[in-house]
Amino acid sequence: MLDELSYYHQAILHLAALITLSSFLMLGQSRLLRLIGVFAAQGFLLSASTALVAQTHDFPHLYISALLSLLLKGLLIPMMLYRLVMRMNLHREMDTVEHPAGVMMGGATLVVFSYYVCLPIVKLSPLMTLNTISVSLAVVLLGMLLMITRRHAVAQVVGFMSIENGLFFAAVVSTMGMPMVVELGIAFDVLVAAVIFGIFFFHIRSSIDSLDVDRLSKLSEVEE
Amino acid sequence: MIAVYLILLAPLIGIAVLAVQGDPDKSRRYNIIFNAITLICSLWLAVLVLLKGPLLSSGKQLYIDSFNVYLVVLTAFVGFTTALFSSAYMEHEREIGKINLKMLRFYYAAYQSFMFTMFLVLTTNNMGILWVAMEGATLATVLLVSLYRTPEAVEAAWKYFILCGVGIAQALFGTILLYFAAEQAVEIGSGDALLWTTLFENATVLNPGVMNIAFVFLLVGYGTKMGLVPLHNWLPDAHSEGPTPMSAILSGLLLNDALYAVVRSKMLADRALGTALPGYLMMGFGLLSFLVAALLLHHQKDIKRLFSYSSIEHMGLMTFAFGIGSPWATFAALFHMTTHSLTKSAIFVTVGHAAQLAGTQRMDKIRGLINTQPMIGWGLLVGTLAIAGFPPFGVFASEFLILVATMQDYPGLTPLLLIGIGVAFAGLFRHLQPMVFGVVPEGQQAIVANLTPVMVHLALVLWLGLSIPVFLGNWFNQATQLIAGSMPL
Amino acid sequence: MAWILAILQTLLFIGGAPLLAGWIKMLKCWLQNRNAPSLLQPYRDLRKLWRKESILPESASWIFTAAPYLVFTVAVLTAAVVPLVAVDLPSARIIDVFGLVGFFALARTFLVLAGMDIGTAFGGMGSSREMTISSLAEPAMLMVVFTLAMSAGTTNLSMGMDYVLDSGLVLRPSFVFALGSLMLVAVAETGRVPVDNPATHLELTMIHEAMILEYSGRYLALMEWASQIKLMLYGVLIANIFFPWYIGRDFSPAALGQGLLAIMLKLALLSVLLALSETLLAKMRIFRVQEYLSFAYLLGVLGMLSHIILEVYYA
Repeated sequence: MLDELSYYHQAILHLAALITLSSFLMLGQSRLLRLIGVFAAQGFLLSASTALVAQTHDFPHLYISALLSLLLKGLLIPMMLYRLVMRMNLHREMDTVEHPAGVMMGGATLVVFSYYVCLPIVKLSPLMTLNTISVSLAVVLLGMLLMITRRHAVAQVVGFMSIENGLFFAAVVSTMGMPMVVELGIAFDVLVAAVIFGIFFFHIRSSIDSLDVDRLSKLSEVEE
Repeated sequence: MIAVYLILLAPLIGIAVLAVQGDPDKSRRYNIIFNAITLICSLWLAVLVLLKGPLLSSGKQLYIDSFNVYLVVLTAFVGFTTALFSSAYMEHEREIGKINLKMLRFYYAAYQSFMFTMFLVLTTNNMGILWVAMEGATLATVLLVSLYRTPEAVEAAWKYFILCGVGIAQALFGTILLYFAAEQAVEIGSGDALLWTTLFENATVLNPGVMNIAFVFLLVGYGTKMGLVPLHNWLPDAHSEGPTPMSAILSGLLLNDALYAVVRSKMLADRALGTALPGYLMMGFGLLSFLVAALLLHHQKDIKRLFSYSSIEHMGLMTFAFGIGSPWATFAALFHMTTHSLTKSAIFVTVGHAAQLAGTQRMDKIRGLINTQPMIGWGLLVGTLAIAGFPPFGVFASEFLILVATMQDYPGLTPLLLIGIGVAFAGLFRHLQPMVFGVVPEGQQAIVANLTPVMVHLALVLWLGLSIPVFLGNWFNQATQLIAGSMPL
Repeated sequence: MAWILAILQTLLFIGGAPLLAGWIKMLKCWLQNRNAPSLLQPYRDLRKLWRKESILPESASWIFTAAPYLVFTVAVLTAAVVPLVAVDLPSARIIDVFGLVGFFALARTFLVLAGMDIGTAFGGMGSSREMTISSLAEPAMLMVVFTLAMSAGTTNLSMGMDYVLDSGLVLRPSFVFALGSLMLVAVAETGRVPVDNPATHLELTMIHEAMILEYSGRYLALMEWASQIKLMLYGVLIANIFFPWYIGRDFSPAALGQGLLAIMLKLALLSVLLALSETLLAKMRIFRVQEYLSFAYLLGVLGMLSHIILEVYYA
């Protein structure tokens, strides 16, 4: 049971719970700057939990992953997004969530769903921190929900990156990280993706004069 | 092994060289040269594998067996011919002012990056690197899709980026689960736990429950990349809005490589599970894509969208055939991968020229190709005939094989396939006929076009339809044995 | 003996409630750089009101006069069943958390009826708002209850506290969420900033004050007192469920003294938190309350989910 675990393990569970909460906060956050702020906080939580896992299970190479995620997810990408938002003068723009209650309930459903999907995996291992794998899947799915419910390009990018966060968390808690090459490769991909997203903001704005991607609707299957 | 390193190295050097090379004439030539090098190396590699059997690099990170080596050759070949085509095509685009020199330079560098990621996908033995390379392929091509900077192109690229990114994230989750399953099994050292060869050898000890979930995620992830319905939305847009050489290699290579990733995952899942579930999933998704895309062919207005739906349709068919999993079906699917790749890239090349000729991609504006420039008209006609599965082309042979294999194992599904093929056929031809034979609009003039790749491709497809060469048959046989467990012939 | 203790504790509860209200008022004054009234001011106010003549509106029916007594009685009953200084009181054993929620609902029903009874515009408006808020707050409250019940394996308050005490310091993610949710619900249910402002009678924004606008004299005193008890109830619930340490576990004088001291300290600290948030936050528009409470509900749901997902051992 829970009380038989060390405080480190309990803290990992706590961080996992907080990461889920941060995903929900992102879902409900309509101000772009705050959204980015919550995303950065998620990056910090992620990095902290990775470091904790490294400490409790004695996997020194996870410290590198923790550092990597701190720099990339906690600092670099949020800062980049922040600067883009300021530079493009978007900080007052709102990306209102329609039917916030519905979205939240949808999110809760996704959490239940990912719990259900991951149950067979959880039952495999005596490690109780493995319970968090359903949290990581939930973060992935919540990121997807965020992308579906938002129309603003910046919000969609945040969703995209939080999906990456979820995947990273999954790797940390279930397998104590991926092999180093793979992890570096993924980090590289994420970095390049972030840069390309930055370029895209400018492209989108110059083509539709806004970052509301709902207005990108020239290509559809509906007959004109 | 040197051949493999060279195949990977050539595009890497290509990226560096073409990124700094400002002179368009030179970079055009270099692009072709680098692709030629990889083609030669891949042929060399093919001979090696054919003679000596599977190759495993010293660090176990690269692995070549008869399944991926033939895809390497196919990739190198289509990459090479498309490079030939793109030099003329991009020159024309530059002349009419659609792109500038900087964009051109970027285009060539990105082309080589894309080739690099494709080869990495095919040759790597590490499921994690496979994912990284797959994502890399998106990153390399996404800015090419938006090369023209039109609102439509930007929209298509954004859709491509977002949908593929989200989709492929599922594949990473699957990969993590795979790693988890491997780590749970004591037989596997943790350093090798993501290597496909290790996983395959020890697949029987992997936990079936985890593998089940992992496979579903891998299928959904790489399936998005492959354009399986209902995750196909990005594909027609990305294909239609980018430069045509891009469409040719996306359709001819990227989709194949995504399918390759799925099949590799299925091989693991099959062995670990010992049930038909992975096969059923693939059959279901495949059949759905096949039928939906065949129906959607009728609704298209844009010529490149038309053929990208046809790509979805064929990918669906291959997925379905791999899903059946019998030696015959697998053989047919491998064969179909080849014929489709060759034909589809040839078609996109022709379509690109046709669009340049007419100055639009709208099919109701493209008329009378055969009168203005007979080569393009004939190329489009023959290519479409081939892709629709007319005898004596290779696609007919491979589709026929798939039908036979279906008849053997799931006779109830054959009518569906037949209907799908018929619907797709009608969908292609109702658009094709006026484009090729219609009244020539005023002022339509012939353009400079390089149709050698088209003819080479179509000739190859024709040859494959008439008879499968012995070495190719052997090749497919070996690959089939790897995937399905026994040979059909 | 135990029953005598229970009665004594209840008296303590009722007697202490105005003190808590005074303390919070004092803290707020300090925070806002004002001269604070004496701690005993709420007692004086109650005494003053008690002595004054009650004036009834012409349109008032028996509900209007009965409501204050009912509301107050229910508040006292609720106070009787919530462990304050000691856990294992016989009065706490006879009822569980659902009963508690039911008590709250009963009191509210009569309050709302009384608000509508006299037929003034403000009374009706306050009643409708009160019902809106409570209908949103109650599900959140129940989610918290479920979370606790699932962790402790009981819906009984004192047994739940026993469970938390016995397992020592365990970091439960679900409790963090439940705590957050319960705090938000408490603020909404007791009509504090940012949901309602107990200090003003601003026509368009008041909720609780609107319902009791027509009361005077003794009736008003009872209503005020009842709402002070309610505030203290929520405080005690939060303090004793989530931080039950040092509450008296037997009935020895030492344990009781320790429990008394502990609960006073905890309530004092919680009041600081409340005063701080009331000073820092602005009252929100009534239509935002829905968002606020759905967040509370979300926290409750997350608490329950994180209990199921994270805290249960499956392998």
